[in-house]
Amino acid sequence: MEKVMVKGTEAIGEAAIRAGCRHFFGYPITPQSELPEYMSKRLPEVGGVFLQTESEVATVNMLYGAACTGTRVMTSTSSPGFSLMMEGVSYMACAQLPAVFVNVVRGGPGLGDIQPAQGDYWQATKGGGHGDYKLIVLAPATVQEAVDLTVLAFDLADKYRTPTLILADGLLGQMMEPVEFPEFRDLSTLPDHSSWAMTGAKDREPHIITSFDIDPYILEKMNLELVKKYREIEKNEIRWEEFKTEDADIVITAFGTVARIAKSVVEMARKDGLKVGLFRPITVWPFPYEPLKKLADKAELFFDVEMNMGQMLEDVKLATGDRKPVAFYSRMGGVVPTPNEIYEALKKEIGRRE
Amino acid sequence: MKKLLYKMPESLSGKEFTYCPGCHHGIVHRLIAEVIDELGIREKTLVVAPIGCSVFAYQFFNMDGTIAAHGRAPAVATGMKRARPDLYVFTYQGDGDLAAIGTAEIMHAANRGEKITTIFINNAIYGMTGGQMAPTTLLGMKTTTTPYGRDAQKDGYPMHMCEFLKEAKGVAYLARTKVTTPQDVEKTKKAIKKAFLAQVKGIGFGLVEVLSTCPTNWGMDPISAMKWLEENMIPEYPLGVFIDKVGDEK
Repeated sequence: MEKVMVKGTEAIGEAAIRAGCRHFFGYPITPQSELPEYMSKRLPEVGGVFLQTESEVATVNMLYGAACTGTRVMTSTSSPGFSLMMEGVSYMACAQLPAVFVNVVRGGPGLGDIQPAQGDYWQATKGGGHGDYKLIVLAPATVQEAVDLTVLAFDLADKYRTPTLILADGLLGQMMEPVEFPEFRDLSTLPDHSSWAMTGAKDREPHIITSFDIDPYILEKMNLELVKKYREIEKNEIRWEEFKTEDADIVITAFGTVARIAKSVVEMARKDGLKVGLFRPITVWPFPYEPLKKLADKAELFFDVEMNMGQMLEDVKLATGDRKPVAFYSRMGGVVPTPNEIYEALKKEIGRRE
Repeated sequence: MKKLLYKMPESLSGKEFTYCPGCHHGIVHRLIAEVIDELGIREKTLVVAPIGCSVFAYQFFNMDGTIAAHGRAPAVATGMKRARPDLYVFTYQGDGDLAAIGTAEIMHAANRGEKITTIFINNAIYGMTGGQMAPTTLLGMKTTTTPYGRDAQKDGYPMHMCEFLKEAKGVAYLARTKVTTPQDVEKTKKAIKKAFLAQVKGIGFGLVEVLSTCPTNWGMDPISAMKWLEENMIPEYPLGVFIDKVGDEK
């Protein structure tokens, strides 16, 4: 298939349609409004439904409703909007409803700004809403990967009956890159949800979908069922990329668009004869602890780079333990670090240790 | 010859209601079930229960069901209906759910003309949480959070949802009723049927507000509660049909 130049947000929208999604509910918020705009134009062309909602609170509950019927459904938003969805996301996780969320992260906390940031990592990977639950969280670093992971997000959501999140940032959302789209999924081949979905109780007992039981012993069982599922996801769905780590003395850890900036840093360092590699989690939950742990056998220094106060840093430290030092460099508030400044910070760190 | 005069509607599950003695939820549940039976749409109807005393409503109806987050039932129903326009969806909501935390969702669902049906129980108090002030609590009425009586200066005025909603162009049927007498029960059933017909015929959004008692949290016996409703709630919330685009049957 030929490649086309397309903006990150629109690429995610088109990928969703190719994946068989025909229902999008969303509320405008910068820097991702191009995605609902794209869907409002594109979905009617393929017989789909676009609805601009009254709020992100309504949005997530419309997703809940559509997902109850076993329909592929998605929304996209940006940080404050995703915060507003947290209650509904928690409901959906407990009710085991598949849906795809896209958070094009902007600077925070609070109103923050509209520039790229990674400050929602904790919210995305550690819970965000109330209660014990996890989302499958995919963090693309290129527009092509955003396309591929969007398709995967729908498949994983259906496979595990769980909400799935694409954790992007304003940089990825706004950049244009050549991408190759997958073929259109034949809608008749989408997973069969007739065993649980609300489709009308004809010739069968009613299907009840709730995130509720007043009996603590039964609710505990529901919790344990979720835990079992999350363990299964941890076992099966870890994804990551390693770049020049085979002989690396120093491993940079980064996710999303920061990881592609870090790739340039690896190249710069290699030119100077420094053995630097990159470890990039693609699933930030489940986090690839084991493969990162293995790198700690060889590497002497880890250098975590993020656009936040050190959120993934905690997972990197969990993986490496206290066997090897983990240094950290970051920019925040919507400031994107340049390869040069990261490299300078890295060299300073190396100097400090010599 | 024996003739069957009365039976449990097929649209009720048969599970015993958990409501307090004298509460009107049970009457309204039965009316909804009778209407769904008469329309012959049970196998294609989805129920969205709210947060509140009727959180268990999904257990009492014999159809696919869920519970929406507090106030969000119209958004959940919208998602269902947009995904499956061939099915029928109704929400069952109390006054805290619909008239306080869920005002945005009900207003917008109504204004969009979502082809869903809402049954709104107004008993002027929060039942499940133990008798706190509702947006529909009457002025001067004592609740656990208005121990000196609801004061307009401090607590604002009773919310008139039908009067707000009647301005929404997407509404196809809108009425306020009560179920304190057999005649009122019949009238309420007719209203509920029209609110469902608005959806079945694809005309638009339908809502019936049913003024109801809460003897437990009002601190009255069921008979006194009905009398109190007649004397105090009717003057504040006049009964009537506000919008009817459904017309008469046949």
